[in-house]
Amino acid sequence: MSTPWYRRISEGLTKSRERLGEQLNVIVGRSPDVDEDFWENLEDALIGSDVGVTAVTEIVDRLRDTATRKALPDARAVLDHLAEEIAAEFPTSAPDPFSAAPVVVLMVGVNGTGKTTSVGKIASELATSGKRVLLGSGDTYRAAAVEQLDIWADRAGVPVVRRDRGTDPAAVAFDTVAEANRTTPDVTLIDTAGRLHTSADLMRELQKVKRVVERESSAPVRTVLVLDATTGQNGLTQAREFDAALGLDALVLTKLDGTAKGGIAIAIARELGIPIVRIGVGEGVDDLKPFDALDYARALIGGE
Amino acid sequence: MFQNLTERLQAVFSNLTGKGRLSDADVDAAMREIRMALLEADVNFKVVKEFVARVRERAVGAEVHSSLTPGQAVIRIVDEELTALLGGTDARLVFSGRIPGVVMLVGLQGSGKTTASAKLANLLRKQGKRPMLVACDVYRPAAIDQLEALGRELDIPVHRGEGTDAVAIAKAGVRAAIDSLRDVVVIDTAGRLHVDEEMMDEVARIKEAVRPDQVLMVIDAMTGQDAVNAATAFAERVDFDAVIVTKLDGDARGGAALSVKSVTGKPIMYAGVGEKLDALEQFHPDRMARRILGMGDMMTLIEKAVETADAEAAAEMEERVRTATFTFDDFLQQLQQVKKMGGLGSMLKMMPGAGQMKGLDTEDVDERQLDRVAAIIQSMTAEERANPRLLNGSRRERIARGAGVTVFDVNQVIKQFEQARKLMKQFSKGGGKGRRKGRFGLPGGMQSPF
Repeated sequence: MSTPWYRRISEGLTKSRERLGEQLNVIVGRSPDVDEDFWENLEDALIGSDVGVTAVTEIVDRLRDTATRKALPDARAVLDHLAEEIAAEFPTSAPDPFSAAPVVVLMVGVNGTGKTTSVGKIASELATSGKRVLLGSGDTYRAAAVEQLDIWADRAGVPVVRRDRGTDPAAVAFDTVAEANRTTPDVTLIDTAGRLHTSADLMRELQKVKRVVERESSAPVRTVLVLDATTGQNGLTQAREFDAALGLDALVLTKLDGTAKGGIAIAIARELGIPIVRIGVGEGVDDLKPFDALDYARALIGGE
Repeated sequence: MFQNLTERLQAVFSNLTGKGRLSDADVDAAMREIRMALLEADVNFKVVKEFVARVRERAVGAEVHSSLTPGQAVIRIVDEELTALLGGTDARLVFSGRIPGVVMLVGLQGSGKTTASAKLANLLRKQGKRPMLVACDVYRPAAIDQLEALGRELDIPVHRGEGTDAVAIAKAGVRAAIDSLRDVVVIDTAGRLHVDEEMMDEVARIKEAVRPDQVLMVIDAMTGQDAVNAATAFAERVDFDAVIVTKLDGDARGGAALSVKSVTGKPIMYAGVGEKLDALEQFHPDRMARRILGMGDMMTLIEKAVETADAEAAAEMEERVRTATFTFDDFLQQLQQVKKMGGLGSMLKMMPGAGQMKGLDTEDVDERQLDRVAAIIQSMTAEERANPRLLNGSRRERIARGAGVTVFDVNQVIKQFEQARKLMKQFSKGGGKGRRKGRFGLPGGMQSPF
């Protein structure tokens, strides 16, 4: 399993892994038997990872069933099985919207999840691998967001379509797509302003942006939600609302380098079937990694 | 949407008719629901355990007040405990008296520190201070530009230093405030992960260098279980004084606020409630308690209703409803109350269960419709308002011309009015069962069939 990038992902996830791993090792250490205490502690550990009480109850109930049916010998065997169960919640063979070409990707999400940073990192990743990238500075609301993306574009050495703060984001999207149609880059990434999914006006504004992009673009259009791993149960509501408004193709899960485990992504995968395509495991420019469900599940549980 | 606690407990207690004391079995069932509700609200699971244990202790054998159902009795205990845990009283910024006073904001990436810094400076200015902002986020590209732009918008000076030494910039910022006769400094710092030793060390050094009067930790209301880890680490390294909870204008329950208060003991001081730079409010523990429990902001609604509607007028209205002498004037008065309370949309959002009501999409409530109805009623004569039966064809035409609408619109409003009146009669008849819906004079406004 140890491909080079897996090592780096695991390094990024080490802190997450250590914490939950510790927790579960304590469970296993204290009571190697699969007793009621074990199940309760397991439930707590998963709830503590933001998987959400509904999903946890279902997963644990199913696991109890399997443990009995397959006569799993001890706690360690149950945890290994759990990793597979969790991994199976994610859609298999999910297409990576960033590896298609040509493609226009709209990056959306609530405030502060790391959209602009993710656009910058992905641009850098793609440019390094020899792809031609174009950026669109669609966050014309937040002060200095345009400048922030400029700096990333500069670092990655890719062109960026920018307009002044306060410009209609649909107009920036229009100009970006026009530029893309003319210069035919492999990947066009459009940053958008963070917005709460509860703001009907701002969600409509985003729908308009997407309509314009779809109408004007000669390349296929994908929409990616950027989700902060520290987000709790509201993450599911965010995914639901953005999906209902725009139709989501994939998820980028950021900030996994802290102690948060981003378990709500499991609930999102279960309910909406939206795959994770990148995970953020550090502040470095190359710290946005591809996602592997089993690696993630194992890191989450701390099993090997 | 998640089920709110009121609904959960109602389901649990629906089979109970008896009153008196709560049995062990009742309490067990209720505690399970409370646990679920708190976990769904992102309260940390350890905090939930302690909390549920405390509530259980109070609930077992508790006497149920004669006017309450067992469910209501439990909700009351939960509400009291939660409010107490969240802080009881409102926390305020405390300055030592040294000029300039210094406030420093810390927190994770993306929690909203830069925006909160600008909002706080704006709030302090409203309180008569002369604030200065200091931009110490030397890491995120253009973060300093962001604060500068916000400062320009507010016309509040921003100190931006040279280089990448955040500690030196903070110190220079305080000196710059002294030089330009500013009496309070708000320091924005870079977002940092609580496990990043180097960055946590930096923020501790900034604090050491400027000795702020208050350090505020900024926490995103959408944060999940991990809030306790971040808050504990920040409390250890910078011993912050209080918390700003941001993004409360969304629909996150904000259980993280409870977790943070519970594990660090630090009060929550301000709430970020919108994108505009004046959208920073004093934090109200009681309202937050109800939000976490998903009971809507019913109390806020009631408070607003009480503030807005003169109590006597409300009593009179209730009397009119009971005797069904409800006129167009009353209808108009209620519409105006609704508008004063922030419009139907914001009222509906505060109502428990409104999120679940089918066909009731708060964003579809057209505020302009309220104005149009008001215009139509105002185009009636006093006599017509008091006695709707006078409204014949030619009067309706005149009213339509006066209000700039069609006769069809006028007919619609008359129909709505009659429906409202009928609805009220039903309420007043149902009043005998002890459900006091008309108490705040609200049902007409709230139930207006728009």
